[in-house]
Amino acid sequence: MNEVDLNTLWVYLSASPLLGLVVTLLAYIVSYRLYEMANRHPLLNPVALAMVLLIVLLLITDTPYSRYFEGAQFVHFLLGPATVALAVPLYQQISKLRALWSVVLISVLVGVSFAALSAVGIAWLLGASPETLLSLAPKSVTTPVAMGISETIGGLPSLTAVMVVVTGIIGAVFGTRIFDLLGLKDDSVRGIAMGVAAHGIGTARAFQVNSQMGAFSGLAMALSALATALLLPWMLKLTGLIG
Amino acid sequence: MGFLIGITVLLSYQLLGEALVLLLDLPVPGPVMGMLLLFLTLLVRKRTGQALDSASGSLLSHLSLLFVPAGVGAMLHFQRIGSEWLPISAALVFSTLLTLVVTALVMKGLQRLLVRKGAAHE
Repeated sequence: MNEVDLNTLWVYLSASPLLGLVVTLLAYIVSYRLYEMANRHPLLNPVALAMVLLIVLLLITDTPYSRYFEGAQFVHFLLGPATVALAVPLYQQISKLRALWSVVLISVLVGVSFAALSAVGIAWLLGASPETLLSLAPKSVTTPVAMGISETIGGLPSLTAVMVVVTGIIGAVFGTRIFDLLGLKDDSVRGIAMGVAAHGIGTARAFQVNSQMGAFSGLAMALSALATALLLPWMLKLTGLIG
Repeated sequence: MGFLIGITVLLSYQLLGEALVLLLDLPVPGPVMGMLLLFLTLLVRKRTGQALDSASGSLLSHLSLLFVPAGVGAMLHFQRIGSEWLPISAALVFSTLLTLVVTALVMKGLQRLLVRKGAAHE
């Protein structure tokens, strides 16, 4: 195959959404394998690894994000039905939930308020711009919800998406270690804290620990999304960040 | 067939959620409303069924993959992230770690309170 043919092939492939989709899946599979080979070392988080691989690839091939996303959107789209799917593990834990209902609800409400206010407060003290502050506020809830909230309150949805992913990675990497340090052994407590602080990425990590922690994390993630969507615009109005 | 039915149910509830949010001008994102509607349906129906189990199981087992395309969007914001790296990274790291600690301790404290209250009732 000569150079001209390769060029034609590249022009054809890079214009098709298939390439963005395939490289996303490949990058994730490779990252996940590496993560498993390293005995699931938390620092080799597969989302973080796949992100870095793809960004490097796009920069090397000089591909704009918008063209990449034409293919990757098919993966991104599944976040919607995946959010709806959280109703299933939530329902399966209903018997455990009945006993803990009020405890879970109060913990989630305190947790989501703390997550948003502490993020905005720390960034404000260190001199972040208003758009950055508003984009940070919904960082602890799952991507499609956070992007929706960000748009409503006047942040930058695509910047929010990045903050959400990084937040999830931080929670997944350090969560279990922090719980061990604090001597917290109860899976319901560990799961709820993980879901509130680190949404879906934390939940994926919690399911690796055991299904009980995963279910509670999924529950907390679902409740946090709901609570943040309802409370955040109102909380930001109180702090004077939005009119 | 089970998986196909399951995924159709999930997408239909998402659609229903999005429509309801739009019609009633609710401050909640559509997928969250869809999840709430499906949860209420399951409470009434009292079981999930094999179709829904298989679809939700396969979507949730690869949940972290679904965040990758949004994460790659970091490349759109290199400039902002570069000039505001300190407030952004400090906010993300400390707020996330503190949220883990605060939420876990609040829940543990409440559970203890509940146990003590339960013991006092007996």
